Amino acid sequence: MTVLAESGPGTTDRERRRLLPSGYDRVDMKLLLGIGGSPDGIDALERTLERVAETGDDLTVALLDTVSTDYDLDELEQKARERIDASDVAAETRRVPGHPGSKLTEIAQREGFDRIVLGGGQRSPMGKINLGEVAEFVLLNADISVTLVR
Amino acid sequence: MTDRTYPDEPVDSFPEPPDSFTDGEGRTIGIEPADADDFEALVDMYVDFDPADRAQGIPPVDEEPIREWLDALFVEGALNVVARHDGRVVGHALLMPDGHGAYELAVFVLHDYQGAGIGTELLKELLGHGQAEGVEQVWLTVERWNDPAIALYRKLGFETSDAESFELEMSIRL
Repeated sequence: MTVLAESGPGTTDRERRRLLPSGYDRVDMKLLLGIGGSPDGIDALERTLERVAETGDDLTVALLDTVSTDYDLDELEQKARERIDASDVAAETRRVPGHPGSKLTEIAQREGFDRIVLGGGQRSPMGKINLGEVAEFVLLNADISVTLVR
Repeated sequence: MTDRTYPDEPVDSFPEPPDSFTDGEGRTIGIEPADADDFEALVDMYVDFDPADRAQGIPPVDEEPIREWLDALFVEGALNVVARHDGRVVGHALLMPDGHGAYELAVFVLHDYQGAGIGTELLKELLGHGQAEGVEQVWLTVERWNDPAIALYRKLGFETSDAESFELEMSIRL
């Protein structure tokens, strides 16, 4: 998707996007995917890469410093890079130290992202979906749309 | 999730299935441990389940996902209890091993049978079944706004173990 490299959406794009009728999504979106150590983050990454390969959206993957992480940030970065490199998508990864939810919303706001994407939550032994504190914080505090990947 | 806390003291003993009682609507409800023979009756119950009564993504809505989900609930070590009325399964409660020596609990009652005390009896019998099978630590998650369910769990002896997540987590020591 060479489109990716050419489509860093500047202010003009963003202004134009706001004027588009709702449901009109042909203009590339700037997506910020946040993943931590939990399996739903990696699932979300794989699904988002598939989607972005089709849409040509601009994807940045934030590697979050989550408490309940099954592996450390180095391993997380490696896992994420492996999956990105195996795809056709030129996504940037970025380590995000500090409080995951607030850092993610702060970056999204400051850098003009259109949407935050997160994993859809963990399943309990029973199959119940449990949303983590990052998802809760972002859903309540982000001023842009949030997608939970299922 | 492995650092979950439990009450220091165990609760008193609960009744053990099989048992039967008259519910708030005068119906005779039988409560018994469920096995593979009850599988199809459980599928029927969940096909009839009101989607508005779903919580945290379960039960699934369509029959195939329901079957897959129920298959997973009948793993070795899981304890299932059903409530029957006129042969039909109208309620289901279970303890699911969590891989850390404890059990996750859930209860489901068909919409037309709610508000008649069936959930309460199902839970008592399930916990009694658990006690008889040597279960000591049980936990659950419940949506924070679901006051009736939270009140019921408290009445049975559950205490809040984590109030910081999206869902409230409660635990009990049998």
